[in-house]
Parts: sequence; C-alpha cells; structure tokens
Amino acid sequence: MLEKKYNPLPGFGLTMGYTIFYLSALVLIPIAALFFKTFELSWPEFWKLVTEERAVAAYKLTFGAAGIAAVINAVMGTLLAWVLVRYDFPGKRFIDALVDFPFALPTAVAGLTLANLFAANGWLGKLLVPMGIKGAFTPVAVVIALTFVGLPFAVRTLQPVLQNLERELEEAAATLGSSRLRTFCTILMPTLFPTIVTGFALAFARAVGEYGSIVFVSGNIPFKTEIAPYLIVIRLEQYDYHGATAIAAVLMIISFIILACINWLEVWSSRFNH
Amino acid sequence: MSIEIRNVSKKFGEVAAVNNVSFSVKDGELVALLGPSGGGKTTVLRMIGGLEVPTDGDIFIRGQRVNDIKVQKRNIGFVFQNYALFKNMTVFKNIAFGLKIKKWKRADIDARVAELLKLLDLQGLEKRYPHQLSGGQRQRIAIARALAPKPDVLLLDEPFGAVDAKIRQELRQWLVHLHHDLKVTTLFVTHDQEEAMEVSDRIVIFSKGNLEQIGTPREIYEQPANEFVARFVGVMNILELTVRNGLARINELEFPAHGLTEGQKMRIGFRPYAVQVSPDLTAYRHQAVLRHTYFLGIMLRLELVLPSGLILRSRISKEDYARMGLADGQKVSVQIRTYRILSKEEQLGDEVATTYETFPSLGEGI
Repeated sequence: MLEKKYNPLPGFGLTMGYTIFYLSALVLIPIAALFFKTFELSWPEFWKLVTEERAVAAYKLTFGAAGIAAVINAVMGTLLAWVLVRYDFPGKRFIDALVDFPFALPTAVAGLTLANLFAANGWLGKLLVPMGIKGAFTPVAVVIALTFVGLPFAVRTLQPVLQNLERELEEAAATLGSSRLRTFCTILMPTLFPTIVTGFALAFARAVGEYGSIVFVSGNIPFKTEIAPYLIVIRLEQYDYHGATAIAAVLMIISFIILACINWLEVWSSRFNH
Repeated sequence: MSIEIRNVSKKFGEVAAVNNVSFSVKDGELVALLGPSGGGKTTVLRMIGGLEVPTDGDIFIRGQRVNDIKVQKRNIGFVFQNYALFKNMTVFKNIAFGLKIKKWKRADIDARVAELLKLLDLQGLEKRYPHQLSGGQRQRIAIARALAPKPDVLLLDEPFGAVDAKIRQELRQWLVHLHHDLKVTTLFVTHDQEEAMEVSDRIVIFSKGNLEQIGTPREIYEQPANEFVARFVGVMNILELTVRNGLARINELEFPAHGLTEGQKMRIGFRPYAVQVSPDLTAYRHQAVLRHTYFLGIMLRLELVLPSGLILRSRISKEDYARMGLADGQKVSVQIRTYRILSKEEQLGDEVATTYETFPSLGEGI
C-alpha cells in the first residue's frame, strides 16, 4: 500500500520553491555574476590587482574601522539597551526613538553633518583639534561614521532579549549571597553574550558595507583614509571593471570568513541553550 | 521561633497587598501559605526572603530583626515558581553557586554537591545544562541549589505549580520526606488547598491581604474560622437560614434559632461527611433523591436533591455505598449530623450587624 505523506503544515512545496527562487534572483545570481566577471582574469593578474598597496591599505581601513566601530557599538549599545530596558526616566521614549535615527537618516546627510562637526572650524572640531584629536579626514573620522551607522543594530538586537530576561534569575542569585556585580558578571553577561555577538555581527556587516557617510568625512586620501568600496568606485570611474570586481570579490570573501567566525562564536557562546 | 512576622503590611503604591499580618513559625516546621491568587501570600514570602521591603511591621528570623538586612545576608534558601536556574551553568555549577560565594573549599563544595545530588536523586546529571532536564528534575535542582549553603529557612514559591499532576504528586511526597530528613524550617506558598493539607504541619490562610486563619490542616478543616476558610478549604455545604416561628429554616430544613429572633438570618456550614444517608426511607427525617455519584478514589461524593430542590453534598466510603446498594436516581433519607454557625445577624440597638463566630460542633441537627 502506498501511503501519501501528509504534512499538517500546508504549502511547504510552494513556499520553499518561492524562497529558493527569490534568494537566487536577489542574492545568489548577482554574487555568481561577480565571481564570473572576476574569473575572466588569470590568477597572476587577479593577485596583482588585489594585492597592490593601495588596495591592501583600503582593506585594512575598511575591516579595521568596521571592527573597532562594531566593538564600540557592542559595548555602548549594551549599555544603552540596558538603560532603556531597566530604568524609567523622563524622555525615555525620545531617547528610544533617537536610537533609530541612523536607520532612517540618509547616510550622505550623516557624513556631511559629521564632517562639519569635526572639521577644524566645526563645533566639536574647534575643541578637539587643538587637543590633537582630528575627527575629520582621518581614520578616526571613518570609525566615528561607522559607529554612528551601526548603533541601532547593536541596541535593537539586545533590547528584546534583555526585556525577556527573568527577574528571578537575579533574585535567585541574590538569595544565594551574590552581589550585583557578581550576578552581572557570572549570570547576566554569559546569558546576554550570544545576543551581543549577534548585534556586533550586524553592526560590523553594516559598517563594512557603508559608503555614503564615509566619502564625506574621510577625505578619501589614498593609503590613509580611502575605504575599499570607494576604491571600487574609483576603478569603475576609470573603466577598470576587472580591477573593481577583483577588489569586490576580496571584500566579499573576507566578509564571509569573518561573519562565519562570528557565527561560530555565537553558537559556541550559546552552547548551553541547545 | 524560627520566623516571626509582627504586624507586617505591604503597599504597592495605593494598593495594599498585605494588611497587618502577624504569625510565627517554629523551628523545623513545614508551613503552607495558602490562598487564592492575589491574596498576598507570595508577597509575605518575598518579604521574609528580603526580596520585598515591608511598608510597616517587623520580620524576625531566628530572633534577629531582619528588616534592614539585605537579601544576600539573610541566609535563606528561595525556590522560585519558574525554577530560575542559571541557564549558562551546569547542574553542578548551579548547586555550587552559593557555596562559591561563601568561599567554601573546593573539596567541601564537591562533597556537598555530591551529597545533595544523592539526597535529591539526581546523580549523573551534574554535567547537564538546565534545558536538558525535565520539569521535575529542574524543580529538584532549584531546591538543591537553595539548600546547598545550609540556609536557616527554606522558602518555596508555588514550588509545584509548573509541573504536571502526576509529577506534582511525587514531588509533594518527596518534599515531605526531604523535610523529615533535613528538619529545615520550610515555608511554601500554594493556591492548592489539597497540596497544603497533604504536605504541611500548619497552614496560614490568606485572602485579599488578610490573614484569615492559622492552624493545623485538621483544625482548618474541622474548625474553619470563617466562611471564607470554610469555602476555600475542602467541600462545604453552606445554607442561609431565616428564623420563622422560633426555628431557623430554609425550605424543609429546620435548625434551632441559637438566640436569634424572628426574621433574623444566619449562615451555617457542614462538611459532606456530616450528611448521613440511608436507603431506608424511614431512617431519617428528610427524603431526597441521589442525583449523581462522584468517584473520588476510595471515597464517593453524593449529590442529594431535597423535594424543594435544595442540594446537599454527602461523602461516604465505597464499601458503605456498596453495602447500602445505592445507585443514581434512588430515593434515600438524609440527616445533617453536625453543623457550624458561620455567621449570625445580631440586633445591636437599631443596627443589624453580622458577626462571625465559631461555635464548637453543635449536636444533632433536626
């Protein structure tokens, strides 16, 4: 007797098929096209293009600044989420809304604003530049801009998890004699860490892809403040399509490896949940 | 006295959760705080534990006033309804948590954890994480963790609320045994009167923030202090009587007036076991129809309907039921053997006031 397999959740075939089609059209095919374009180069040509000094400096800046910005966001975002979830204070809703600002603001506007603020004659620049902190047209400017665009990712990822954290966990620790600091370090942090890593990964990915704000604040000085996406644009403007796609391919591979590592860290740190 | 609560009140904003409550718990006692939800029992437990600060009154543990002692220093074990196990720690680390804070030596910690795992029948689980355990196991680990640092008192908030009926039954037995072995003063909150009856030495009953009665399960069952307790604990027949022609009456039932005058009202209550039933229609004064028999294990509950439609509930053993050859739909005769007066209207000058008093069991009903 043949028994027809029956799945109580209907529509698997249809939804799965559509999902695969959608992902292919939107993600897989463009990525494949990028690599095919790159494969038109021979290995030595490719290697030469992607390892030239200017490109390497650009990778370093892109990933270095994105990494620093993501760390800052993970730490400060955690603090911000903590304050927003745990305490009631006047203006809480306003601050909560403010967190989303970088989501909504066109990044070019953010870049222009930051450049104006941190330039030697800007509001903040006036104070900071004499102290030796140059917030515009330096790598510091890149980090500031990337921190700005990544902030909502870190906060918004952590907020719901913090909200759902059982109050009883802290109470239980307290009844066992644990000080608040100890409870925070030994119970809250390990519980929240996987989510903080997720927020870090999102902020990092966002920062690696950022373009609009950086081109205004960094000054785009080759070898110094030129990010890799900007270099791609330069290559395209020079009609050097192969050079552009080669750098793009490298960016993609490095991003992929880093995100895979972060993903592994996330799984490892939440091993007690699965 | 292990725990003493003196005139304790707690307000959350304008809402009074606990009103001027006083009671004490002896060393080694197992006491249930019983009441409907919102009765204030959990708030009382949390105040003893130091998780809430009383608005008024004093709390003593082992003779020491603890109002100003922080929860960390009270040396209590607290078990939460949802276990609140540390998800990021293994069973071993969960149980050892309190010991590490007290700076026990490594070898002592190992020994104590092993001892508790054995006592709670959890051997072999020390390397598991909480999510890998069943509800009953999690509950026992929460208790082991609370007991590990040898607390002065063990406080449990609805300890068996989140497990299914079968496991709950096992855990109750097990709590009694554990308490028997350890003799640690234990207070637990429950809304399940059966659980309180079965497990505890004494029961404290709360309703709407007030302490209604404190006593042994037997005292509470047989001598409920008021109508609330009578209704809340066990099954109670409650009748409202009005005095007419010198007797307190409802439909065909008549009782002595107990000093009340014409037109005044009183409420009486009696347990199902006080309602006697006979298949011999001349045995007792009133006739009734056995409408339905409820099976309760070795006891059966009978729902009896009097000719006027008044319903009485009786309880007899399976053996008596079989001996008398009773069946649903059968005509029987009934009598109320004893009853208690729950409340009584009294004439105070021009006002009519209702007083609540407890009479000792009052002889034969009519």
